[in-house]
Amino acid sequence: MSVAVDSNIIGHFGPYGGRFVPEALIGALDELALAHEVALKDPVFQAELAELHRTYTGRPSIITEVKRFAEHAGGARILLKREDLNHTGSHKINNVLGQALLTKRMGKKRIIAETGAGQHGVAAATAAALMGLDCVVYMGEEDTKRQSLNVARMKLLGAEVIPVTQGSKTLKDAINEAMRDWVTNVETTHYLLGTVAGPHPFPTMVRDFHRVIGVEAREQCLELMGRLPDVILACVGGGSNAIGIFHPFLEDTSVRLVGLEAGGSGIESGLHAATISGGSPGVLHGTRSYVLQDENGQTVESHSISAGLDYPGVGPEHAYLNDIGRAEYRPITDAQAMEAFALLCKTEGIIPAIESAHALAGAMQIGKELGSEAVLLVNLSGRGDKDVQTAADYFGIPL
Amino acid sequence: MSTPLDELFVRTRSENRAALIGYLPAGFPSQQGCIDALTAMVEGGVDAVEIGYPYSDPVMDGPVIQAAADTSLRNGTGAAEVMTTLAAIAKIAPTVVMTYWNPIERYGVDKFLADIKGNGGSGVITPDLTIEESEPWIAASQSHETNRIYVVAPSTLEERLKRVTAATSGFVYAASLMGVTGTRSTVSSSAQGLVSRLRAVTDLPIAVGLGVSTPEQAREVAQYADGVIVGSAFIRLLQDSPTLEEGVAKVRSLAKELSKGLQRS
Repeated sequence: MSVAVDSNIIGHFGPYGGRFVPEALIGALDELALAHEVALKDPVFQAELAELHRTYTGRPSIITEVKRFAEHAGGARILLKREDLNHTGSHKINNVLGQALLTKRMGKKRIIAETGAGQHGVAAATAAALMGLDCVVYMGEEDTKRQSLNVARMKLLGAEVIPVTQGSKTLKDAINEAMRDWVTNVETTHYLLGTVAGPHPFPTMVRDFHRVIGVEAREQCLELMGRLPDVILACVGGGSNAIGIFHPFLEDTSVRLVGLEAGGSGIESGLHAATISGGSPGVLHGTRSYVLQDENGQTVESHSISAGLDYPGVGPEHAYLNDIGRAEYRPITDAQAMEAFALLCKTEGIIPAIESAHALAGAMQIGKELGSEAVLLVNLSGRGDKDVQTAADYFGIPL
Repeated sequence: MSTPLDELFVRTRSENRAALIGYLPAGFPSQQGCIDALTAMVEGGVDAVEIGYPYSDPVMDGPVIQAAADTSLRNGTGAAEVMTTLAAIAKIAPTVVMTYWNPIERYGVDKFLADIKGNGGSGVITPDLTIEESEPWIAASQSHETNRIYVVAPSTLEERLKRVTAATSGFVYAASLMGVTGTRSTVSSSAQGLVSRLRAVTDLPIAVGLGVSTPEQAREVAQYADGVIVGSAFIRLLQDSPTLEEGVAKVRSLAKELSKGLQRS
């Protein structure tokens, strides 16, 4: 089965994707698309990135089998792809190193980034420090208060953090403000977008930088078991870690691909960030995909205990994979995610990011559905150090 | 086809002057307040009106219009209120609606243009619709005989200016600078360069927007462009006035001042 994109129009995934941006950005997007295309085929670039991943990121990330956790998931065999062990604590570093290298190739000296919880902002600030680039991170004012530790991390790394006071003062407004900066400073500045959303080439480029997750996992599974897993699970906010692990398995039609969205207080409550499960097709931040929106097409605020999934849009390739049935998407509520979070801590000695706990909760559901013969591969996209405060509040642990 | 906007530019060109285009978001400072202010603008001397459809994520807009759009959305402005405002203003001046793409797609492309036309509108400005994504839009605007107004920027290359202007009607919206809407102390020198590059590829009227707020700036732009677009300056007058009446009066007098310098020597 081929799930190639509609190649007639570049940057489209079926009816999704494309570019919905001011004309002022077209030149920069074309330049970026070309730089990415050239880099993809350039052995020198690929070797440089691979070397950085080996000596800086800590790749390949390992696979850990979690037998005690699996007892709570119908006895299915559960493997974790440990992106949490990467430098800076999540998969985000894969993309920022790639884009930072491209920034240098394009002769630009300044990067800007948006961040919600701060993970992408920290990763971007890290890459900027490593490569000697100026870095400005836009972060919703609400988020700077909730994630003051990450604000301090970014500042230690030499980045300037600008609190965004417009709109809902969260991630979507940070993206708006970063795009305004980019429109103004596009000649000198690269917008280092942190997920597989936004205008072409971002969904394709960010995916390509994260494919390393799935490429490694595929080899590791074959080496470990001599077979592919039955199901791959990953949490989906914008969807970068999920597309990274899904994409190299797209043609392996025996492998089920399951994205777990942030169900918040439940889809029916309206307080969620499950864009595919509970949204509708629309345009946000330069791309057509599923969007949480009202009857006038205004973006509706999302809600999730996980700041990294708290986004009212989703990558266009996920929208397409959903519609053609190649991947399936389910909501996981805050409560289900926190149950899985606690369980992994206590059964395996691994504190996951709350984002990744959504994927673990999905594994508990699907493991029970499929039983002990099934092999499930979960992308553990990040570690939970950043979530200690949230988890302590949630479980009533005094600090 | 010929819309009231097309006819306006035929007239202003024959009069050897630029047209003055005023902008406000619908529902700002209130539903009726917007209609009152736009009416005063036309009475003051604005030739054509651009009504903004406020959107939750306006990436082309600076802080002034963002704040106005926020106020408007909190006032409950949606498509119905935009159309009501359009119907009121199109009776007294050629009027277009400016909107980001998602509200149009949500409303339905065909229905949106049918209602623009039905309420007397000349066309729609679409700042984030690229020509690559425009196929259904072009077809629908042809069948409803409405103007398609695209925004181009100083960074837009020749080849692309040709493609965009080929899809444009009414006028070409030339962004004066690389940036977002808002008042600036001077009009960027890139504006005139962009207009002359546009003249080389199209005969369409060209209106300059972004950062034009004072009569001096309007006079300067009128020397080389067919239209001068002023938005944030009007909004600021309404935001800074203690009462609506005072704000509306100031809007009228700014329109009057701006309209004085449009004649080309």
